[in-house]
Amino acid sequence: MTGKTGKVVSVNGNMVSVEFDGNVSMNEICYVKVDDIALKSEVIRIRGNVAQIQVYEMTGGIKCGDEVEFTGDMLSAELGPGLLGQVYDGLQNPLPVLAKQAGWFLERGNYADGLDPVKTWDFTPTARPGDKLRAGMAIGTVPEGPFTHKIFVPFYLLGTYTLKSIVNKGYYTVKSTVAVITDSRGKDIPITLSFKWPVKRAVKCYSERLAPVETMETKVRLIDSFFPVAKGGTYCIPGPFGAGKTVLQHTTSKYADVDIVIIAACGERAGEVVETITEFPELVDPKTGRSLMERTIIICNTSSMPVASREASVYTSVTLAEYYRQMGLNVLLLADSTSRWAQALREMSGRLEEIPGEEAFPAYLESYIAAFYERAGYVRLPDGSKGSVTIGGTVSPAGGNFEEPVTQATLKVVGAFHGLSRERSDARKYPAIDPLISWSKYRSVIDPKKSDFCKNILHHGDEIGSMMKVVGEEGTSLSDYMVYLKAEMLDAVYLQQNSFDPIDANCDTARQRYVVDKLVTVLGSEYNLNDKDEARGYFNRLRQKFIDWNYTEFESDAFKAAEAEIDSLYQEGKGTISPEADLLLKDGE
Amino acid sequence: MNKVYNRIESIVGNVITVKANGVRYNELAQIFTRFGKSLAQVNKIDGEIVSLQVFAGGQGVSTGDEVRFLGREMQVPFGEELLGRIFNGSGAPIDNGPVLRDNMKPIGRPSVNPTKRILANRMMRTNIPMIDMFNTLVISQKLPIFSISGEPYNQLLARIAMQAEADVIVLGGMGLKYDDFLYFKDELSKGGALSKTVMFIHTASDPTVECMMIPDMALAVAEQFALEDKDVLVLLTDMTNFADAMKEIAITQEQVPSNRGYPGDLYSQLASRYEKAVDFANSGSVTVLAVTTMPGDDVTHPVPDNTGYITEGQYYLKGGRIEPFGSLSRLKQNVNGKTRKDHRALMDAMIRLYSSYKETIEKKHMGFAMSRWDEKLLKYGELFERQLMDLSVNLSLEDALDLGWKILADCFERDETGMKSELIDEFWPVR
Repeated sequence: MTGKTGKVVSVNGNMVSVEFDGNVSMNEICYVKVDDIALKSEVIRIRGNVAQIQVYEMTGGIKCGDEVEFTGDMLSAELGPGLLGQVYDGLQNPLPVLAKQAGWFLERGNYADGLDPVKTWDFTPTARPGDKLRAGMAIGTVPEGPFTHKIFVPFYLLGTYTLKSIVNKGYYTVKSTVAVITDSRGKDIPITLSFKWPVKRAVKCYSERLAPVETMETKVRLIDSFFPVAKGGTYCIPGPFGAGKTVLQHTTSKYADVDIVIIAACGERAGEVVETITEFPELVDPKTGRSLMERTIIICNTSSMPVASREASVYTSVTLAEYYRQMGLNVLLLADSTSRWAQALREMSGRLEEIPGEEAFPAYLESYIAAFYERAGYVRLPDGSKGSVTIGGTVSPAGGNFEEPVTQATLKVVGAFHGLSRERSDARKYPAIDPLISWSKYRSVIDPKKSDFCKNILHHGDEIGSMMKVVGEEGTSLSDYMVYLKAEMLDAVYLQQNSFDPIDANCDTARQRYVVDKLVTVLGSEYNLNDKDEARGYFNRLRQKFIDWNYTEFESDAFKAAEAEIDSLYQEGKGTISPEADLLLKDGE
Repeated sequence: MNKVYNRIESIVGNVITVKANGVRYNELAQIFTRFGKSLAQVNKIDGEIVSLQVFAGGQGVSTGDEVRFLGREMQVPFGEELLGRIFNGSGAPIDNGPVLRDNMKPIGRPSVNPTKRILANRMMRTNIPMIDMFNTLVISQKLPIFSISGEPYNQLLARIAMQAEADVIVLGGMGLKYDDFLYFKDELSKGGALSKTVMFIHTASDPTVECMMIPDMALAVAEQFALEDKDVLVLLTDMTNFADAMKEIAITQEQVPSNRGYPGDLYSQLASRYEKAVDFANSGSVTVLAVTTMPGDDVTHPVPDNTGYITEGQYYLKGGRIEPFGSLSRLKQNVNGKTRKDHRALMDAMIRLYSSYKETIEKKHMGFAMSRWDEKLLKYGELFERQLMDLSVNLSLEDALDLGWKILADCFERDETGMKSELIDEFWPVR
């Protein structure tokens, strides 16, 4: 606290104007005092001696003349051991602690420390007195769940420092000083297990930013094979409501091949967060054999929680992601939904009476979205290790129409686009990612030529399908009709996945490669079938066999048996493989 | 102690301004006009200029009318004695019963801490197959009924109110036609449900500002009952009127409109109401069913569109039926895995086939020859619509599932359904 204060002069929704003396900085945190409580707020505009602040709470009861206390600090996240497994609100208040303090409801003015101030951590020093250090370099470690959590020289320290002293191995709280470093002018700076970082600034304590080349497995066939995401890459999932954005994010958070998952439930339903909180502690992370919750952080600012902290929540989330990246870990940030964040910007912009842009969104919407996604990345760290932050954001376009500002601004900056379609979700096809409009700039887990081969069949099948709507089945040649059936089958047995089935929902790379080869054979073959009815019957049977195959455990006896059935059915159809498909399969060997 | 002012500076629509000091944001005031007294609520403070929205509307308000600040925010009475009572949007009784002044509770309380919620996992049976079997309603779910004007949405709401198992029913009517209000009253008393019902009614002829208060009052009462261990079902009709009331106020206050004149915070406003749906750990629950009429059957209209993003699915009422496409209960998977093991698979397969039927019907209307497969689909679609979709069908979930298998077997061969063979072996009806 700086002891600097001001007085409220106007109240309009969650925007309050404050008259102050002296200096106030932009984005500074301040507290509005109403009766006995202080409401956290952020300065968002300064004009003369009046600061406009957005209050992170409901503003009922505020009156002119109420005192406002400025802190001098920007909105910051507390970084240190103990973040994993937490459920935070958008301002990094741990919700379970708030519940202990206030009961059922999120009473306003009730805050708590982001990190448990009492808990002790087993600190092992790794730096020695005399070592030259810079921001983002480790001085020691503590074990946190399955990870070795590095303790850093705070990211905000500029220049080079010398380690003066460091404590011995032992148990310390996040607030206790474990080392002292000296700057070039001989000033001592104590280092604790935790420090604060302003959430709206990107952490840049890495040596080099690398191109995202390694594919991040999501175990969703449609994504990994056709529209992959890279570690350190960005992707977006726009879709109308009910198309399965959240279900897709939820499955990804369970099965994605990363070290840490941060779920930012931004302006969405509380029930979905409850689902994650209830389910994750019970699930086992196959990589570590420990509870899935130990690799997860949930930042939840649900739709009924105050709008201003919704805006902050995405920044809090990405800051935590960058922090763990600094330890050489692969972090996946799932933001659901970035449209709600954009709407929060719009609400504030409206209250500030800024000149509105398209659909009343502020003119700076695009640059804000771009800046957010740019915080993803695959980097080389000062110690030579590599880490990544991958960002996957859902977009909830008004009316399901992708030609709206948030979707368009997002598409410009992401590396993969998974467009969900109402048509597919209405037909109960999961995932409802539309293969005809989606794209990705990253590397597929399967041979890209095979991926293109399959996509071609889908496109071709779709063309024939729409033609058939005009000329009818009888006006379509048998060979075209076969392509249509093949596309339908590919969709049913490979693109679609049963997210409720533990085996089908979790389809790894080896299996995808294996199944795709089988599919290339089946789809790349010509069959000796007499008419359309016979063709439909044949492909229905094939489809059935493939679906049953999908539910068997990879390389198990059941798997082999189901495969044998497909093979014998293939023989029965007297399939002859086309030279193109044959070449593809030989290529891979 | 109450501050009294006798000079109104401006009157624009339903919003008046007075010069006053020490007034709090959201505080209530009483205004005494030639038509009697009305409540008003502070919705903006700029220096000493205080804007208030007048519940009874701006009509007939004089610049010399008296404004008395009450020093408190909006409240509703609470208690067992509320059951069977009917109130208007100012919280005043409109059933000739006594005014309740005890145990007043504030409305528009903060959100429930997500960690204090529990996973919705109890099915609410309605014996309507399109709900129970295809889009199961779950206790603590929030679901809108998307509908165009003229559809029997209030009838559907009343039927659900009567058949669903709830301890308390809170009905919030916004812009309700007077005959619809009478209809609800009659139906609920005929069904014997009136004694467990509280009604907050704003009819189409009542002032706009009162319309905006209805959901908050209804939900505040529901929340209190839920904290007393009751399972509460809140029925709201019609949320589009609520949104339109907000639009009206926002425009009079010169807010920048975002989409078709609606204020930029439409989503947050709707969400803070719908999110009152909750299942409290170790206590009761609030389930919300809200009618949202779609102007021109346009689901992309801002109100249904924003609603769809907030709620846990939607029932889409069209042509007197709950449409299987467009309708969705997002929480159904929390319960339909525990009902009967064929429930999910059968539901998916039937919808998939119905979707193919819709394509076939389109082809047929364009005059194309029907293949053997098309004929099967046509038969299937007809049976499905008549035996399961019709709103008058009253079947328990188990009977509906059996009927579903029977319809499939009547129309298709086993391998045409695209289901796991294991289930087909067990449930395919033997003839």
